[in-house]
Amino acid sequence: MTVDSRVSELPTVDSPRVHKRSRGASWTGAVLLGMILPAALLLLWQWASTSGSYSASQLPTPSAVGSALVELLERGTYWTHVAISLQRVLIGFAIGAVAGLTLGSLVGLSPRVSSFLSPTIQAIRAVPSLAWVPLLVLWMGIYEGPKVTLVAIGAFFPVFTTVASGFMHADKKLIEVGRAYGLSGRRLITGILLPAASPTIFAGLRLGLAQSWLFVVAAELIASSKGLGFLLIDSQNTSRTDILLLAIISLAILGKTTDFILATIEKRTLRWV
Amino acid sequence: MSHTQNPIAPGAIAPLAPAEVSLTQVSKSFGRGTDRVDVLNQINLVAAPGEILAILGPSGCGKSTLLRLVAGLEVPTSGTVLLNDSPVVGVDARCSVVFQEPRLLPWRSVSGNVRLGVRNSQSTNEIQSWLDLVGLGDFSGYLPKQISGGMAQRTALARALIGHPGVLLLDEPFAALDALTRMQMQDLMVKVTAQIGTTVLLVTHDVDEALYLADRIVVLGERGQGIVTTINVDSPRPRDRSDSTFIPLRRELLALFGVHV
Repeated sequence: MTVDSRVSELPTVDSPRVHKRSRGASWTGAVLLGMILPAALLLLWQWASTSGSYSASQLPTPSAVGSALVELLERGTYWTHVAISLQRVLIGFAIGAVAGLTLGSLVGLSPRVSSFLSPTIQAIRAVPSLAWVPLLVLWMGIYEGPKVTLVAIGAFFPVFTTVASGFMHADKKLIEVGRAYGLSGRRLITGILLPAASPTIFAGLRLGLAQSWLFVVAAELIASSKGLGFLLIDSQNTSRTDILLLAIISLAILGKTTDFILATIEKRTLRWV
Repeated sequence: MSHTQNPIAPGAIAPLAPAEVSLTQVSKSFGRGTDRVDVLNQINLVAAPGEILAILGPSGCGKSTLLRLVAGLEVPTSGTVLLNDSPVVGVDARCSVVFQEPRLLPWRSVSGNVRLGVRNSQSTNEIQSWLDLVGLGDFSGYLPKQISGGMAQRTALARALIGHPGVLLLDEPFAALDALTRMQMQDLMVKVTAQIGTTVLLVTHDVDEALYLADRIVVLGERGQGIVTTINVDSPRPRDRSDSTFIPLRRELLALFGVHV
């Protein structure tokens, strides 16, 4: 880090505090540390599934799940299920997040808009989201519409809530600095409020994305012929526990990967935090 | 502090035009009805152009409120605040404030924070000169989280000065710093104000700081009591912190706060 070498040249009492970290080493260490538990779980699973206490239909071996993956890949259906679930998540999340960002900003920035909108939104939020399913199916049929809409509903609320509170609770002292240096209106929003709220906004987006995966599975469990949620219910009906576990692991990997991508964007954007 | 002692390239920064500050019958209350608190009551005060005026008082006496009224961040309940005979209406571009905390925007670099203070786009190319003046010439690209409290406060000072304020408002700007850094900052203040010439209103609760920096010290009493006394500090600059002429003034000021030495 160039920062360090320059700082050491400063012969003053008033020396800067610089966050030092040999990033490469600690990153590898963290990754290794994080791999210990999954590896242990895998070993435990292997041991439990071969111990004879469980039948293959209750708990198939890890390798059986591997063969199930190969089987689905050969049938050509695995990627279809993954792709359709991912597509529903991405479209639904995009719609829900844009709506949550827009309404959340309006409510967070304007007490008047908040008084106007918040009671209604809070009331809608009080409805358990799955309660919308019959209505969505009735209105939008059984194809993509209701599923994407349900995902959008799932993504909307965490984004809306956090964005609104991010703007409402932006550091008053920084806002005052902005005012004292002549910022007002739009320039105060883009120059001070938005960056000040951005850590909260990112937290909300990541919550919304996690919620999107939750809701896509719920939607696919209820009515679908494709997708990882469908794979779950279908494998349960056909007693294919290996495929069921495969679907669960696939969801874990997909959820983690999409969150990692968003977290990387967050880290890049919020270097200053 | 080799950095801050460096002479500045002549002509890099033009002297500022100091403004006169005058408060006439200024009162400020917060709250309503039984919750009403009269923080300032009928204050009359004039600071001459270029004067360094310290406002000294116990906490809660309204000294910060007084500063915020001059900055236009608060509106007086009654009375008038004038800068060079024209009233302060809303946030006033003729003033710059340095708060007790640096309040740097954490997402902007040191120079980006100074840029926030630019009021006339021509002074954008002065950013480096001001950073040099406060001894941060080598740190323009640093983020606030990478610098110390003292450096952050010097950044805040540069941010305030680049707007060429007629009045520099300092709200206990060194109170949160450690003793050594505070003295360095006070010396920097002396140097900077001598060079650029601006009216300074310095709010402080530090008697020694007031004696060391100010031309005149205004002492506010408990909340609502108003100005208790005004003391001229006629010692020439550069001053010596252990100047013996300060001793009786110091004793007098401390006695006003119930401290007897």
